[in-house]
Amino acid sequence: MEWINHLQTELGDEIVFSDATTRLAYSFDATPNYQAMPDAVVAPRSTEDVQAIMRLCQTYRVPVIARGSATNLAGGTTPLAGGLVMDFRHMGKILEIDEKNLTVTVEPGCITARLAEAVEARGLFYPPDPSSMKISTIGGNISENSGGLRGLKYGVTADYVLALEAVLPSGDVLKTGGKLAKDVAGYDLTRLLVGSEGTLAVITEATLKLIPLPETKQTMIAHFSDLDGAARTVSRIIESRIIPATLEFMDKKTIEVVEAYANIGLPTDVGALLLLEQDGPSEVVRRDIEAMHAICLTEGATHVEVARDEVHAETLRYARRTALSALARLRPTTILEDATVPRSEIAEMVRRIEAIGRTYDIEIATFGHAGDGNLHPTVATDARDHEEMERVEAAFADIFAAALELGGTITGEHGVGAMKAPYLEWKLGAAGIDVMKGIKLAFDPHGIMNPQKMFAKAAKKRLVQGGGV
Amino acid sequence: MKQTEQLTSRMTDKLDYEEMLGCMRCGFCLPTCPTYIHSKDETASPRGRIAIMKGVVDGLIEPDAGVEKTLNECLGCLACEPACPAGVRYSVLLEDARAAITVHKRATGQMDVRERLIRKVVFDGLFLSKSKMETATGFLRFYQQSGAQTLTRKLRILDWFPDQLQKMEAVLPVVPARSERVLRPERIRAAGATTARVAFFSGCLMDTMFYETNANTIKLLQAAGCDIVIPETQQCCGALHGHAGEQTGAIALAKRNIESFESLDVDYIVTNAGGCGAFLLGYDHLLKQDPEWSERAERFKAKVKDFASILIEVGFLDRVPLTLPEQLITYQDSCHLRNVQKGALAPRMLLQAIQGTTFVEQRNADHCCGSAGVYNLLQPHIANDILEMKMGHVRDTSAQTIVTSNPGCHLQMQLGIQEHGTPTMRAVHLADVLAEAMDH
Repeated sequence: MEWINHLQTELGDEIVFSDATTRLAYSFDATPNYQAMPDAVVAPRSTEDVQAIMRLCQTYRVPVIARGSATNLAGGTTPLAGGLVMDFRHMGKILEIDEKNLTVTVEPGCITARLAEAVEARGLFYPPDPSSMKISTIGGNISENSGGLRGLKYGVTADYVLALEAVLPSGDVLKTGGKLAKDVAGYDLTRLLVGSEGTLAVITEATLKLIPLPETKQTMIAHFSDLDGAARTVSRIIESRIIPATLEFMDKKTIEVVEAYANIGLPTDVGALLLLEQDGPSEVVRRDIEAMHAICLTEGATHVEVARDEVHAETLRYARRTALSALARLRPTTILEDATVPRSEIAEMVRRIEAIGRTYDIEIATFGHAGDGNLHPTVATDARDHEEMERVEAAFADIFAAALELGGTITGEHGVGAMKAPYLEWKLGAAGIDVMKGIKLAFDPHGIMNPQKMFAKAAKKRLVQGGGV
Repeated sequence: MKQTEQLTSRMTDKLDYEEMLGCMRCGFCLPTCPTYIHSKDETASPRGRIAIMKGVVDGLIEPDAGVEKTLNECLGCLACEPACPAGVRYSVLLEDARAAITVHKRATGQMDVRERLIRKVVFDGLFLSKSKMETATGFLRFYQQSGAQTLTRKLRILDWFPDQLQKMEAVLPVVPARSERVLRPERIRAAGATTARVAFFSGCLMDTMFYETNANTIKLLQAAGCDIVIPETQQCCGALHGHAGEQTGAIALAKRNIESFESLDVDYIVTNAGGCGAFLLGYDHLLKQDPEWSERAERFKAKVKDFASILIEVGFLDRVPLTLPEQLITYQDSCHLRNVQKGALAPRMLLQAIQGTTFVEQRNADHCCGSAGVYNLLQPHIANDILEMKMGHVRDTSAQTIVTSNPGCHLQMQLGIQEHGTPTMRAVHLADVLAEAMDH
């Protein structure tokens, strides 16, 4: 292809790859059943390289897929339309930790955990902690607006992005925001780029907000004989004006699967499990943990355990940390969704998910972030079984519909990508989609930025329960 | 049929599709993979390599030189396996893919004369027969003792050999005389009350080039109260064959080892080389085509355990005081001892128990040192980069003593000291340092 030769001449062979092995290795992300070969892979070394690449791709109308570590679960970095995958292996530096303004400036390929470690070494804290943080890049986190376990208390990636440098499809550099707590100069383009899933521009540098590192942390676990006890506990904790750092939930099915896999002595007659953590000054942490302990017992917890030390805390966290591993071993294909509801609706949502599982005769285990209503209904299935996959898809459509009915959303933290594009209109309505398409056109008039993502060719028909369209 | 089509069908036959399908592509393996950390290139990650193997089987790509290169560049350290949420057995896929490629290259005459010759000498000769290994190490001893080594070095004969081989030559241990090695009895009684009955898997390299380490391991087991039997019919474990795609040779060795050990009335089969131990644990998969042998392999592998874990289990530390002069000690994990034999804890417990010394954990002790069998000879560039990074972490600890638990790692750390270390540093096998501490 002419454009590949052109790219090689302009940037050098050492960062442009078009051999089959490389193309195959960049043909997927962590989304089951999505794979497509790109035509080439490029690994820019600088913003200037990215500019040159974008100009060329705009000229040749080549799709560009910016890719971090491809851990996303919605097909967001699968090159469905072929084209050029942009890989940030050479742009992963931490450029500056500014202790006066409490900011950190990084290149997009920086691994999230590496950033967290570097700032924590200076007594600072970058709270967003997606489960993939040891693998994921900051560029990917920003593009997907990743959440994590600490979302309830500390918010998500968007709450920490202060300034961005991005390259537009034209090759021009866009600079947004600054090391500022207040900035109302024009539309909030920073916030617009966060979560835009690579459909608008390529992020080449980010300045992120830091906060002081909490002094201490305390961990506890509570078992409940039924789902409602756990749900009431979550509501009562928040009502009592306590915002825990972590408030994680596992349903009966997840507990059974974890116990079968890990043999750690979890009682399998339990209906739900909560993992609670608080951080901050030690007297506040102690007070909150005591209060949460009391609430758990009042709401009918059958067992409550507070960690004596960090080693003990790690054993308490183990069940929750092992949930994905345990579920992933059940069947060849594991589909992890992230329907999200207002936290007051968690019990109702879990019940609806259970009913949907029964209707379609599929195994669904649910765990997730109870504090912020972000659930992970997880299906163990086999992608080769087409009949079952159809039932799985129908079940997920019902789950999305149920979440919306309860005032929730189709995706809390995984993003729309290709997988949820057909459902986006359910959430935004036709007007919402039109506004978004207008924004897309303003940034990317030729549609080269991550095509076939976010916007579906046709929206999925939404079935109202009971049958009619 | 075109050659690539032939190889595709060989790989399709050989590779377990369920296992490949088990990979969710979540990427949890990426931060554990030394070649990915080194290159940040997805073709050099476990997830990437599985996708590439599956891509061949699915007909998305042809098994060209690029595919072979990425499989060859894998160290086989298996740090990816404990990190995998879905429990994918990457080792099985890697060895089966390499076996398919080796069989194909040999059958279609694609293997050049040099590679055929090396494989013939190493796999059909040296490692398939203990007596040939004895002879070869005998030559090495002659080379070292007769003045030939000095002469060779003076005459710069080694300049004719590849750079990496020259460097390795300099760090080979001094081989003890054969007469010393044949005196060992087949059965050795425990010192004091018996705590366990064990059969010692002596290994080929360990029992020749590293004979001293084997002698020390036996001494430690004896002091720990183990009755020891060392069956004379045992062979090389077959790991080098297996990792290089020579499965026929590996299967032959596996069967002979199972035969040598299965009739013994023992609690454990003891290993002191992580690489061998891990390969013994894979015998059931290696022999899976033959249900009867596979069952015998299951029974065999249930007894396999590393000597450090056994020492801890039988209460060695309560029986034997350990002391050494003041020094900082750090430990370099053997990948296969850690990731396959799950033996990361015992060596550390033993080292921490040596009075007078301080144990310092090095950063990324669990990352491969780049030795990986013969990898450092075949992929010197990547291996040397990995070693340089490793030695940086070692220097940060200020430790003078670097403890290892596998012969390959041991030589590689020697090489690391020679290239990037300080004059006071030494690399020493766990058994040797413990024996030293016992006698002190």
